Parts: sequence; C-alpha cells; structure tokens
Amino acid sequence: MPELQLREPLIFELSKPGRGASTQYPPHAAGSAEIPAHLRRAAPAALPEVSELQVVRHFTRLSQMNFSIDTHFYPLGSCTMKYNPKACNTFAMLPEFLGRHPLGPEPQGFMACMYELQQMLQEITGMQAVSLTPMAGAQGEFAGVAMIRAYHRARNDAGRTEIIVPQAAHGTNPATAAMCGCTVKEIPCDSNGNADLEALRAAVGPATAAIMLTNPSTLGVFEHRITEVARIVHEAGGLLYYDGANLNAILGKVRPGDMGFDVIHMNLHKTFSTPHGGGGPGSGAVGVGARLRPFLPIPVVGKDGARFRWLTERDLPQSIGRLSGFTGNAGVNLRAYIYMRLLGREGMVRVAEFAALNANYLLKRLQAAGFEAAFPARRASHEFIITLKRENRLYQITAMDVAKRLLDYGFHAPTTYFPLLVPECLLIEPTETEAKEDLDRFCEAMAAIRQEMEQDPEKLCSAPHTMPVRRLDDVRAAKQLDLAWKPAA
Amino acid sequence: MAFIPHTAADVARMLEAIGVRSIDDLFDEIPAELRAGVLDLPPAMGEMELGRLLTERAASDGRPLNFIGAGAYEHHIPAPVWAIATRGEFYSSYTPYQAEASQGTLQLIYEYQSMICALTAMEVSNASLYDGASALAEACLMAVRANRAANSRRILMPRAVNPIYAQVAQAIAGNQSIMFETVDFDRAAGRTLLDSLQPYSGQDVTALVIQQPNFFGNLEEIDALTDWAHRNKALLIAVVNPTSLALLKAPGQWGTWADGHQGADIVCGEGQPLGVPLAAGGPYFGFMATRMQYVRQMPGRIVGRTVDTEGRPGFSLTLQAREQHIRRSKATSNICTNQGLMVTAATIYMSLLGAQGLERVARASLQRTADLAAALGRVAGVEPAFTSARFHEAVLLLDRPVAPVLAALAGRGILGGLDLAERYPELGHALLVCATETKTDADIETYARALADVMSPSRAAA
Repeated sequence: MPELQLREPLIFELSKPGRGASTQYPPHAAGSAEIPAHLRRAAPAALPEVSELQVVRHFTRLSQMNFSIDTHFYPLGSCTMKYNPKACNTFAMLPEFLGRHPLGPEPQGFMACMYELQQMLQEITGMQAVSLTPMAGAQGEFAGVAMIRAYHRARNDAGRTEIIVPQAAHGTNPATAAMCGCTVKEIPCDSNGNADLEALRAAVGPATAAIMLTNPSTLGVFEHRITEVARIVHEAGGLLYYDGANLNAILGKVRPGDMGFDVIHMNLHKTFSTPHGGGGPGSGAVGVGARLRPFLPIPVVGKDGARFRWLTERDLPQSIGRLSGFTGNAGVNLRAYIYMRLLGREGMVRVAEFAALNANYLLKRLQAAGFEAAFPARRASHEFIITLKRENRLYQITAMDVAKRLLDYGFHAPTTYFPLLVPECLLIEPTETEAKEDLDRFCEAMAAIRQEMEQDPEKLCSAPHTMPVRRLDDVRAAKQLDLAWKPAA
Repeated sequence: MAFIPHTAADVARMLEAIGVRSIDDLFDEIPAELRAGVLDLPPAMGEMELGRLLTERAASDGRPLNFIGAGAYEHHIPAPVWAIATRGEFYSSYTPYQAEASQGTLQLIYEYQSMICALTAMEVSNASLYDGASALAEACLMAVRANRAANSRRILMPRAVNPIYAQVAQAIAGNQSIMFETVDFDRAAGRTLLDSLQPYSGQDVTALVIQQPNFFGNLEEIDALTDWAHRNKALLIAVVNPTSLALLKAPGQWGTWADGHQGADIVCGEGQPLGVPLAAGGPYFGFMATRMQYVRQMPGRIVGRTVDTEGRPGFSLTLQAREQHIRRSKATSNICTNQGLMVTAATIYMSLLGAQGLERVARASLQRTADLAAALGRVAGVEPAFTSARFHEAVLLLDRPVAPVLAALAGRGILGGLDLAERYPELGHALLVCATETKTDADIETYARALADVMSPSRAAA
C-alpha cells in the first residue's frame, strides 16, 4: 500500500494582505447610503485573502482527503450509503429551481414534483398524509412526537408523556422525547433481537404516549411480532412511532401503515438516496395515519383543482406549527423525487430485495471467514451485526482497530459500537448498489485482517497507516479546546 | 435494473452461498399477512425522459425578477462554489465519524467555524444547524441551560424579529414550557422600543432576542438593548445576517464592557446568503456561535484541532458528550444530521470573497436598496414606512391593499416583495422589499415603472 501523506495548510495560512478573487466582487455602487457610525463594524473580519485558484486548489485537495460513496465502498450500518445518482443533482440544480424565492407566487412546476413526492411516500409507507417540511431525521422524529403529544392533548389526555423505546434505539429517539417534554422508558430486547413483550406489557399504562420503534430494528433484524406490539400499545391508549432509519430494508415488501404504525419519519437522505453531503442536508419527511393528520407540520403541498398551493395554519389550524423558516429542505426533497421517478414501481421493490441479498451474502461469507454474527439464528435485513468479542478476548483487538485497518484496505469502516448492546460490534450495511465483486473484495480484506490479528496485531492496533493522519488524540481535542483559528496577535 | 449491478449469474451464486432458493425467501421472517401488494407508483423513467419532464416543469416556473428578501437573499454565487461543493468526495460522504478518512470535511468545518467566529467576533461556532429559524429555537433552548441566574424560562421576543422565526421557536421550544413574551416596536422608527422592555426591568428574564438588521431591514440600537439585557441578568441572543456583518458592528462587540465581557451571548442566523441558492426555500443552514464559557451548552457538532499519535495536526469531532448518541435523553439537542454540504459551499464562498469582497457585497446591497426605496417612493401612492437607518430591506406603505399589486407585478415577471398585511395589520398596506448587489439600475427602473403603471389612476379606475 502506498504511504500517501496528504497535507494541506489551513486556508488562513495561504492568506496574504491585498490578495483576493476580485472577479467575484460586485462593481462599486455609486451613492451615499451609509451606516451610522455607532452601528458600524470596527475592523474587517479575519477572513482569508486568497486568489481564486488558491481557493479551488485548497478545497479540491481537502476533498481528496475524504472517503465517499463516489470513491469507496462505504458499508456504514444504519446510514444507507448507496449510490447518489448524478441526475438527481443535475436536474435539481436547473436554474429555475435554484433561483426561486420561497415567498413568491407558488411555482407550479416545482410544486407538482413535491405533490407527487408526497403521494409516492404515502403509498410506499401505507400512511394517509405526508409533510415534507422536517429537515432531517431527528427533526422528523421531533415532528412525530410533537404530533403525538398534540393528539393526546386534543383528547384531554395530556397526562400521556411517557415514550417507550427499546434499549437498542438510536440516540435521537430518547433525545427527541426529551425535547418534546416527554420522559423515556427503555425496554430490553431478547437474545434474538426482538423487543421483550413481557417488559412492554409491564411498561405501558395511562401515562404511555407512544412507543418509538425501528423495524427492522437497530439490531438488523425484523420484529416479526410487530402486530402484537401494536395491539399492546394501542390497547393501552398509546400510539406507534416508526423510525424510518431502516426503511430501505422493507421498501415495497411491507408498509409501516400496514404494521399498525400511526406515524413515521423517513430519512430521504438514506432510503431515497439524496446525498449525505459530509453530514447533511438530510430530509425527514413525516407520514401519518388518520388520527394524526390534523397535526401535520406546515407547510404541506395541497391541490385545489389543477392548482398546487401551500397549506398553512389556515388549512391545518391544529398543526404543530412550522419547523423551518420556509419549506424545509426543498432541494433535497426534489432530489428524492427524481430518484423515485428513475426507479419507479419496479425499481422500488428491487431496492429492498437487493439490499437484503447483499447483506445476507456478505454475512454468510464473513461467517465462513470465521467472524461471529450477533444474531446467528436470524435472517439479516439490509444490514447485520458482527461481534468481535471473541477476538477481543483472544487478541485484545477491538472493533475500532478493525474499523481503522479497513481504511488502509480502501474500505470505509462499518458503524462501530452501535448498537451499544452488542459488545465490540460492527454494523454492516452494504446497500443494493454494490456489486458482488466489491462485496467479495471486502470479505477478502476482512479475512486478511483476521490473519493480522494473529500474525501482526501491532499493525492492527496502530492502524490506519495510509490515511492523511494516524489515530487522533480525542482526549486532547476535548481538553485543550482548539475550535477556531485565530490571527497572530 | 436501475442502479443495481447484479447479473443473473451473480444472483444465482449469491443465493447459493446464502442457502436459499429465491430472493423472496430472504423476507420469510415477515409475517405473510403483512406483506405488501403491488405498489401504486408510476413506472420507471430513463434519465433522458425524466430530464425532459423536469426541464419543462422548471421552465414553467420561469425566472422572475426578484425583489423579495424576508430571510432569504439573492446574491451572486461564484462559479467555484458549487463546482467544488458537488465533487463526489464532499457530496457523497457521510458525517465525519471516521476522522482519519474524513480529514477534508473536518478541516473544512474547522475553517468554517473560524470564519463564523471572525465574522461574529465570538469565541466558538458549531458545525451548523438546519436553518436560521430553527437555529433561533435551539438558541432559546440553549439560553435556558446556560443562564444559571434565571429560573423563569421567559424569553423576550420582539415583534421586529422575523415572525416566522418566532413561530418556529414557539413550535420547537414551546414543548419545554418556555414562555415567549412579545416586545413591541416604535411605529415611526420601526425599531424595538427600549421603553417596552421597562416592565421587565428587575424581573427574572432568561434571554432577550434581538435581530440586527431586524425583519423590516431597520438597524436596532443594539448597544442599549444589550446593556439592558445584561443589567437584568438576561442573556442576549443575537440573530444576524452574515452579509451585513461585513459592515455592521459584530455581535461580540455589542454593548459596553461589563463584568469581564462584552457583547451578545449567543449569536445565530441564516447562513443562506453565503453562497447558497434560494432554491424554493432550502436546503439552507443555520449558524450558531457563543462564548467559550457556554460551549458545553451549545447544540450540534463541533470540530476541534488536535494531534495524531505521531504529533501531526489533525481534526476530529469533539465535545461529543453533549450529543444525542452519547447523552441520549440528556443531550443538548436531538440534532444529528446537520447541513454539511451548505457549510462546504459557504466556506468556499467566504474564502473567495474575503472581508473585502463581502464588504463590497454588503455595501452594494445597502446602496441598491436605498436606490430601490427612492425609486419606488417616487411612485404616486407609495411612501416609506419608517425613518430608521437600514441595511438591504425597506418597508413601503401603499395607498391600497398590497396583494393585488403584487399579483399584477407577478404577471409582468416581477416578484415585488412581501405583503406584511397578515403579520403586521397595524402597519396598514405595508410591503417589504429588498435589492441586493444582483440588481442593476435597469432592474430597479423596470420595477419602478411597472409599479407606477400598476398603481396608475387610469388602471385603478379600470
């Protein structure tokens, strides 16, 4: 492997007084408009002074220090790192779409796309109405729980403030419950990764607002007693919230609405392949059944005759309100729409089929190479968990070591240490867009790493060796906080 | 098959390795009665066909001449910004959890944080929130955690703050029993009245929100307002426009030096003016900065500079103990995914413009709005609403309802501004307009002529 050591100075270190990208400046405006002296800025901000080429080269070089779907297999569990079709970006960036101010007359072409997107998402999830306004999964969760609270309040049942989550739930679930002023009750899972129904029965009661579930769960397996879960919670007066993090696994195979869920958020940046952009923007559209429909966050796209328009407070007076300044992440929603039209009816079902095929194949091959599945009795969904607890005991190798070493082999690491329940775990999600050859290469790398555990553990513990940096001192990062460059005094 | 690389032979070998006969067998754990039927979705389209459909839809929306601001601003976006931001290595990477394989994104965020700190004169910035409105909601929640001197959870929200921001803050923070109380503005000046804060003097107040420039485009007397907040042990939350900061006093320097510090306590705002297209409302990004003493109360991701095992500098996500994946229900916020790609664009934008270029943009926008307000003010039946100094927006009063006028202008391809009738009925027939550096003399003239024509007595009679 090449010892590639990319380094790039801070943009501020390239700066020299008097330099600039002046073709980007507007012409001097003639006139006398002025800011009163006592409201004026005292000294120019310390932004870099660099040429256009320096900017282009600097950020291009930074980009080259990233792993990405376009450059690497990226089996990050629970994140659905599938190919982001270029057409989605190209068409979403048509100048008329990009130039449109959100407060002008309703653009019918754009809104036709949004209306159809709402309808397609409704059909896929088996829900009755959709709002596209939440700007990421966590905000979709917020919208969902806020709607659940509004529903109970509207029925004079405001004492329902407890949210039940399985122990293995994603951290955003309890954090969201807290943001909505609810308390959290955790229930355990059994050894096959299912929710413990006895614990659930004991947990529900007159204070139950809802249960938040991911299905397939964060453990990578399908909760097949979901109908029973729904019955227990509904009979106790609570509602069911579906966390759409793993929707890719069941697209076209089973619909959350049919499983009994009352509300769902979807991560359009996972299932519907809008880009992750190095940490966003996402989009966390929410779908609801009849009970929660009046509470949807606004705006929602409606249709009067042939004309599309934004539904607002006036149309939905019981709405939980606005969660964004305008329309949510409209451009992300547009990319999801384009993706869904490219796939169509046939392509949508194949997503789940080939995601499951790839995951189950990879699991079998890794098991054959000696790795231990966390839930060997279960079918993988679109992802699965490997536990390295045995390797940890035998060789003092951690999941983190394997993750870092995979980078040297040219693969992005799987998700590590999530879910927290499984010791030394790797959560692996290959997605449907990876070819068999790439899965095979990944297995070969894992097998080679397995050999290194016995023959060259030092190489593993000190990985990565080929990245721009070696392992970083996170303790120092948190203790000696250096969060911004400052000009020399 | 769309984006699926498997050949029939691949599928056969993979099924054999798994030990099942068909792909359908992989779903055998899903109870049969729950299995979905055929979905009612449109058939697949090729890229060429779909491109045609979308090009037609985009064209039908047209490219009107825009004079609306109100929280989203049309600025020139340099060509390198999106040429680089849409490189696959930025566009298709995940949140930088694996630091060694994400140094590009991490260093970029560190540079972004540095630039936000420079613009706002604050000590720390996070890596972004969703948008300006939700950033204010998070700032309000943060103020409750950070202000140990107050117990009331009472936040003063002037009516001169963007009313949609106030709505979003209510929707998000209201669930945690935070009370928002409105503060009125001076009808003549269009600025928040210090007098209307007097009833709260000496009372327990968690924070005062001040938007500069305010929703009307007017400049607030930020020093006096900041000092009032600090005298009353309330935090000052500043909502600012990043472009304006090239000209306007940085929030970190508002008010007088007292008790060892000066300025706003939490600064937030809409980052869209920094290289992000209008795009029908998003994606944009919210920025947030604060003093070091409150860093552990700040929501969202933060990147720090540290060293690797060989002592070389490198970057990683830090202070993660505030976040949902560690703290769960005790986290500072539930935010996980933020607006990373928009931050990438903004960082490239700020690098290209620098302080000098950004000042030119701000100055040109200031002048253009002055020119626009003057040109429209010469139309019969149009008057300025307020006397205050302003930045790049102005409120005009018409002698008739605004909505039909805007509709007539839209028919001529002009987005003439925002009708304030619904949100500020007390102002009468008020219209909020904006002109940035993108508007030429000819554009302003086009608007003024069209407005004169639409409002002419002969047309009104007809």
